[in-house]
Formats: sequence, structure tokens, C-alpha cells
Amino acid sequence: MELVEAIILSVLAASTPLLIAATGELLTERSGVLNLGVEGMMIMGAACGFAGAWLSGSILVGALCGMVAGTLMSLIFALMALGLAVNQVATGLALTILGVGLSGLIGAGFVGERITPAAHLDIPGLTDIPFIGNVLFGQDAFVYLSLALIVGVWWFLYRTRPGLILRACGDNHLSAHALGYPVLRIRTLAVMFGGACAGLAGAYLPLAYTPFFIPGMTAGRGWIALALVVFSSWRPGRLVVGAYLFGAVTILQLHAQGWGVGIPSQFMSALPYLATIIVLVLLSRARTGGSTAPAALGTVFVPDR
Amino acid sequence: MHLVLEKRAERSGTIALVSPLIAIGLTLLTMVILFAILGKNPLLALDAYFIAPLTDGYSLQEIAVKATPLVMIAIGLSLCYLANAWNIGAEGQFLIGAVAGSWIAVKTQGTDAGAWVLPAMLLLAAVAGALYALIPAICKVRFGASEILTSLMLVYIADLSLDYLVRGPWRDPHGFNFPTTAEFDPVATVPLLIEGGRLHLGSIIALLVVAAAAILLGRTIKGFEIRVVGAAPRAARFGGFNANQLVILTFAVSGALAGLAGIIEVAGPVGHLQPGISPGYGFTAIIVAFLGRLNPVGILIAGLFLALTFIGGEQAQIAMKIPLDVTKVFQGILLFYVLACDSLILYRFRLVFSNRQVTRGAG
Repeated sequence: MELVEAIILSVLAASTPLLIAATGELLTERSGVLNLGVEGMMIMGAACGFAGAWLSGSILVGALCGMVAGTLMSLIFALMALGLAVNQVATGLALTILGVGLSGLIGAGFVGERITPAAHLDIPGLTDIPFIGNVLFGQDAFVYLSLALIVGVWWFLYRTRPGLILRACGDNHLSAHALGYPVLRIRTLAVMFGGACAGLAGAYLPLAYTPFFIPGMTAGRGWIALALVVFSSWRPGRLVVGAYLFGAVTILQLHAQGWGVGIPSQFMSALPYLATIIVLVLLSRARTGGSTAPAALGTVFVPDR
Repeated sequence: MHLVLEKRAERSGTIALVSPLIAIGLTLLTMVILFAILGKNPLLALDAYFIAPLTDGYSLQEIAVKATPLVMIAIGLSLCYLANAWNIGAEGQFLIGAVAGSWIAVKTQGTDAGAWVLPAMLLLAAVAGALYALIPAICKVRFGASEILTSLMLVYIADLSLDYLVRGPWRDPHGFNFPTTAEFDPVATVPLLIEGGRLHLGSIIALLVVAAAAILLGRTIKGFEIRVVGAAPRAARFGGFNANQLVILTFAVSGALAGLAGIIEVAGPVGHLQPGISPGYGFTAIIVAFLGRLNPVGILIAGLFLALTFIGGEQAQIAMKIPLDVTKVFQGILLFYVLACDSLILYRFRLVFSNRQVTRGAG
């Protein structure tokens, strides 16, 4: 029983950065923009988040620094892909290459330092309930925030007028433009939201997951977040399921390594990446009757006047 | 005030030629600022990066050695990108090629195997790279799965496979437990061009690849098909060109070239299989492909230039204690400027100060 509880707790922790980053990217993609730079924005969020927390001694300041770093990175993307109408795939790749280099430069001075990780919720009485107490009432703030975030995005997209307009931009930017909506401004805001989320997701890693920073610590999580958005068919509800499934795969392979199943550890470490490929193939295959992706996803829009 | 893009009536030929130069100029300017922020003398740093490596013979050879994998991979990637197929997993295909070729080297180690070993290694590496690249290509055309994500996931899997082999079955028993195979036998090594130098046969192969790509794109129907499918998919469909078949073809070719580059790197400058054989060649080659404007000759020049940044980065680290990550930052910024300048070929940029001027400008 204790082992099951421990596994659930670690699955929650491993899923949270995926969920936060994928939530931001989901909103970005619903506005019609494909930002492949999630990995770059995340690793910048990790480096700047750790730097902020270490210098200020506050996890909150660290998280904010991570979000600001992610947002600034996403603004570079917006300037290029939306302002200058550059190919979004190439721009996203450039953002990741830049982010990996820049985070190494910023984080170099902090390698080997440690901080006190984010505090976990502790409500006397509730947190002490056996088994479910710790799972429901004993998490760090990021875990609750990630769930609030995805509910908020769902509510925004399907229950508000601005959300409807954002989805319109993603499905047909020409119609949205003809109706008088500022397509590029809406998309810029969506890209910035995606950047802030990716930065926060990156910051989660050194602030709560492991209390130190190492270069390249995102280890492809940004790319897995991108795959999760495809997995979710661009729907918030499925995104939650997908993020926790992937967190579970990550944790199970770690535990399997601990149990000494006799399979080389490298094969177990490859599992999340392999799972991503298999899921992408199965889902794309199941979707024979037309794509569920936003219709204008990844296309260049230059307003004619 | 905001920026307005106006579509040009036709592509600007002049800007197409000078845009990489503008991009390099802007990147250097940005680097000067970055060096100043890091507290290094910008002029000395630029000298260490871009001038010093050009002044001695050893560094010049080293630039050619580093450019070899970059150019070979970038040529393959340019075919993919021209056909609008996004292979970004060349790093994985490079590693798998290195692993497959090394298999022969490891198995023939210490035997009296003859001169067939190296050609067999090169062939197997190319085949393995092509097969590895076919995984995302087939997932794309058969199931519609995004080739961007699948090809990238395969990089991590290739990296872990290599790691397993050199720590497990292929580890050198006399290697003091280091994760590496034994040094390859002379018959399994790419021969040097100059005795005692660094330049090896791989650089000649890279030049042949450039020539072959130039002929393919400029003189053959297949090359024409690749360009049409990427630039005008609708026209290509009316022309009866099979886009899916071209995705398969370009992925296979680029995978084969990346695999070949992998084994040449391992059997050449490195001499044995170990983790970390690539400082991100597969990703830097993406920049090389775009900086070279997806043109074979352009890629050759761009490959030499980015190789210079690798060598210059190492020298600047030794001479001025500039962190190696600066090279990656440089490469990332360069790609941004290249892409931004490419936009100038299709559009005219204009700053507009109020909405009224926009109306007047259009009317």
C-alpha cells in the first residue's frame, strides 16, 4: 500500500511539468500557431527559475523568473513567426537551439548549488488521512496550479467569448480577420501564454522536482509536451489523462530499474520516447475521418489591407 | 507604430544572395554585445573565434574535419526541407550509422580481416541510417503521424542504444571500465589524406556528396519533383508527382547521409565508439542547411563557416575562458537572423505609424 502511494505521489510530480507546458502549448495551437520551441522555453525557465530562487531565497520569485524567461523567449518567436511571417517550424527549432545554449550560459554559475524545494501542503487532519490524504492534500503548489490552469483554459476556450474568437483565429484566420478581429494580436497573446506556461513548467524541475539545476535537465520534456497536445486532439480534458499516463510511464520505468527486472536501464529510459512514437502513430491512425487539429495550425498569416 | 509586410511581386534575387551575409553581420553585432555583457573584450573574442583558427594549418585541417559531417548531414536535410518533409532527427540517424558501422569494426577486431572492412562499415552505416530515417517517414505517410516529433524522439532512443552498447556488450575489456569500445583496427579506420595530419578521406566523400546533390537538384527530373512538391504542392499534385513517395525518398537519402557521416566520424577522427561522439552535429546541420539556403554549394560554404565557430569556440574557451555554450548561443542567434532575412526575399518590411497612413498607402 505504501509503495502504491509512493508511486502515485511520484507520478503526480513527474506529470506536472508535462501538464503545465502542454496546457500552454494547447492554447497556443488553438490560436493557429505551432510553437516547436517548448523545449527551449522550458530549459530557459529552469535556468532562470533556479537563478531567481537561489538569489532571492524564494520559490515564488523563482517561479516568476521562470515565467518571465519563458515569456521573453516566446516573444522572440512571436516577432519572427507572426511579425515577420517566418516558417513556424524553423523558428521553433531555432528557439530550442537558442534556449539550450542560453540556459547553459545562465545556469553555469549555479551548477552544484542546492535550494530548499517548494513546500508541500500540510493541513492537519486532512493530510494525515491514510493513503488519500497525502495524495489529495499533500502536494506542492505547482500540482494544484497545473490542475487549476487546465480547468481555466477549458473554461476560457469553451465558455467565454474571447475563447471562441481565439478558436476562430485557429480555424480560419481569414474569416476572423474579415470579421475585424486582430488575428496577429490574439495569436501573440496566445504565444505569450504558452511561453509563460513553458517557463513555469521548466522552473518546476529545479524548484520542486529536484532541488538543483543541471544543464539540459528538461531532457526532451518539451517535445513530449508537444506530442501530448497531439495526443489530446487539442482538447483540455484528454490532455490531463495524457499527461498523467506519460508521467506514469516515466515513473514505472524508474521503479522497474530499481526492482532489477534484468532489462538494461537504457531500454527502460527509452520507454517514454518509444511510448510517444507509438501513441502518435496509433492516434493519427485512428483519426481517419478528418483531422481534429485547428485548421489554420502552423500556416503563415499576413493581413492584406 | 507597427510593422507591415508587403508581398513582393516576385522573389528578390539580390536579397536571396546577400541575405546570409546580412544575417552573419547582424549575428556578429549581437555577439559583440554578448561578449561585452560577459565582460570579455569583444574584439579579442571575435579574433579568437573567427580569425585565429584561420591562421594555422592544424586548425584549418580541423575546420575541414568538423565541416565534413555538417555538410553531409545538411545536404540530406536540405532535400527533405525542399520537399517540405521535416526531418529533425538527423542526430539520431548519425548515431545509429555510427553504431551499425562500428558493429563490423568490433566483430572483426583482432582478426585478419582484409581491406573489405571499411567499405562494408560505410555501406552498413548508410543502410542503417536510411532505415532509421524511414521509421518517421513511414509513420508519416502511412499513419499521418507528425514526422517532426517521431524523428526527434528517435534521437533519444539512438543515444540510449549507443550508451547501452558501449557500457555493455561492446565495452573494451582493457579500457579501465571506461564506456568505450577498443580502438578500431587500421583496416577499420578512415585513411588520412596527409600523413600525420588530421584531414581524412571523409572530406573527399563530403565533396562528392555536394556535387551529386548539385546534379540531382539542377539536372534531373527527380530534383525538379522535390522542389515542386515543396514549393507548390497543388501544382505538384496536378503534375502527377507523388508527394508521399518523395517524403520516403528524401528521408531515406538524408538518413543514409547522416549514417555515413556518423561512421566516418567514429572510424576517422574519433577512432572508437563512445558516448558523446557528436557535439550536436545533427542539430547544427539544420542551421547549415538554412544558412546555405538549401543549395548544395551554399551548404558547403555554410558548413565550413559553422565548423569555424566550433573550432573558434574551443580556442576562445582555452584562450579567454569564454564558456563553450556561447557557440550554441551564436548558432541559435544566427539561425534566427537567417530566417528573418529570408523573409525579406518574399516581403518588403515597412514601419507604419498610424492606421490612417496604412489606408493611404494601400489606396
